[in-house]
Amino acid sequence: MTALSVPAPPEEDTSLRPVPWRRMAWVTWRQHRVTLASVAVFLGALAVLLYLAGRQLRSAHAAAIAACHSASSLACPPAIIAFNGTNGFLANGFMLQAVPVLIGAFAGAPVLARELETGTFRYAWTQGFGRWRWAVAKLVPLAFVLAAAAGVFSLLLNWYYQPYFAAGNQNLSLEEMTPFSPGLFDLRGIGFAAWTLAAFAIGALAGMLIRRVVPAIAATLAAYTALAFAAGAWLRQAYLTPVVTSNLNLPGSAWIISQWWTKGGKFAFTGFPPDSLLNRFCPHGPPGPVGPFGKSKAVSIAECLTPHGYTQWTSYQPASRFWPFQWIEGGWLLALSVLLIAATVWLVRRRAA
Amino acid sequence: MNVIETSGLGKRYGGTWALRECTVAVPAGHVAALVGPNGAGKTTLLNLAAGLAAPSAGGVTVLGGRPAGSPAALDGIGFVAQDTPMYKNLSARDMLHLTRNLNRRFDQAYAEARLGELGIPLKRRAGKLSGGQQAQLALTLALARRPRLLVLDEPMAMLDPIARHDFMALVMTAMAADGVSVVLSSHVLAELERVADYLILMSRGRVQLAGEVDDLLASHRMLTGPAAEADRYAERLMVVHARRGEAQAHLLVRAAADDPVPPGWEAHPVGLEELALAYLREPSTTALPGPARGRARSPKLASGRR
Repeated sequence: MTALSVPAPPEEDTSLRPVPWRRMAWVTWRQHRVTLASVAVFLGALAVLLYLAGRQLRSAHAAAIAACHSASSLACPPAIIAFNGTNGFLANGFMLQAVPVLIGAFAGAPVLARELETGTFRYAWTQGFGRWRWAVAKLVPLAFVLAAAAGVFSLLLNWYYQPYFAAGNQNLSLEEMTPFSPGLFDLRGIGFAAWTLAAFAIGALAGMLIRRVVPAIAATLAAYTALAFAAGAWLRQAYLTPVVTSNLNLPGSAWIISQWWTKGGKFAFTGFPPDSLLNRFCPHGPPGPVGPFGKSKAVSIAECLTPHGYTQWTSYQPASRFWPFQWIEGGWLLALSVLLIAATVWLVRRRAA
Repeated sequence: MNVIETSGLGKRYGGTWALRECTVAVPAGHVAALVGPNGAGKTTLLNLAAGLAAPSAGGVTVLGGRPAGSPAALDGIGFVAQDTPMYKNLSARDMLHLTRNLNRRFDQAYAEARLGELGIPLKRRAGKLSGGQQAQLALTLALARRPRLLVLDEPMAMLDPIARHDFMALVMTAMAADGVSVVLSSHVLAELERVADYLILMSRGRVQLAGEVDDLLASHRMLTGPAAEADRYAERLMVVHARRGEAQAHLLVRAAADDPVPPGWEAHPVGLEELALAYLREPSTTALPGPARGRARSPKLASGRR
């Protein structure tokens, strides 16, 4: 064959300069502006609602703080109930957990899936820009913009949840509120933006692999949910080695990982004492008043068992580790997202049509 | 220079070969027609040349040795895929702007003038254009990139006769004005007969016949003679396809114009469609230009496949 081919005449474009990256800016904007506008409208509407709800929450919080200035005040319990009842459906944060994955799935999955589904990739990938550069020039700016939008939105989330973590809450029986609580941890700090980025990256890869918009969105929702669940249930508590203490009076903001008991330096049992033990040593129930205004039940039981040689040990993550945990989670999510986007671009580059 | 050059090119999807042992060289300066029945491997070959697909075997270069899919190759090829995929929600003007941004060269004035002549409103969405207008828009976008090779995959499948005529007129104008080479595929030969001067015939994933149309026509003849003698001659002649009537037999043979005609037989020149149909009816018959090349390559191909 080579014998037959005439060498190509020398050309002016032998040292071919690629089409500049900035030219893709308009392309990406033109093709994804509807998506970006939808995300903006979605977050904007949510922000308005959250702002109004936040103002309600703050006034209820201020009323409760004022009423409970002295713990024995009669006005205190109803004020606490009123505060806890204000936007109670938002208090655990689980509803807002859906926001990152909705953004990621609906903005990320179609980027490649729609091209592959409608066949327009045969147009886009045969233009002079080059297909892997095309993929980079779409995915990276979109990922950046969406993460930035989520980051701005999380400032509002931070503001909304502030009353739950405010100083002076010890009178409001909010000691169960830890910044690590599974629904809230990744709504505050940088976690929200990082999870949005990860959802987008998962969506982009799913779109490239599945090549159909709707199944890719479904797969993104499933994969994200699994990842978020795994992070909340297993990964997060191991970011840093938990602190172990025999101190019974842990602050309510501590995230308790596990509790166990020893007797005479030997392991006795984990968690809550068995009934046989309680019947033997604490037959009359825990001493002293129990509940919002007294010692917690766990502390009372511990005080009842300690004289009999039992020691309660607790491993926990102190609230002061909130930001280190945020950076660790943000870090690995960023690394994961970069990896997924790189894999997507690699697939675009090598995948045969 | 060869605008498309393949050696031992093969493409497998799953367990089936869509294209096998394809070795062709399409020289520049032609309108080359890639003809074959559905499923012959035409689209596969064009996708490989456009860099959309990666070969499972062998290699393909375009425009004088540029690897298919490389930036230099993409820069020089205007590719219009089957069914002219386009962003349906973008206006014609946006499609122009999109293509302009995605390429080093784009002749905006040419594109706007062409669309004006064709009566395609710039504001209309691509999805609202008729099939013919979409094909014309896709072709205009490809030509405005000032490519050196225009690759069209089944460009006329969805067009009515008038739109086909207009479409080919645009291709031929570009060919004459800019010297752009054209490779286009079709399963309907009749629409290419007037324009194509190079033919690549494919069936069942193999190239059956390739060469300049004039050479192909000059090297084939239709022999008509008594049916009783047909078998006797068939052994000695290179018969592509034989059609036997009760009294007369028609043998389409490979032969030079000055080859002797058996006594009692008549020789007629063949038409392009007649020739192509004869080959397509006999998918196992192949005739590639340059027998020396064909022979020289076959051992290498065989070793490469094992």
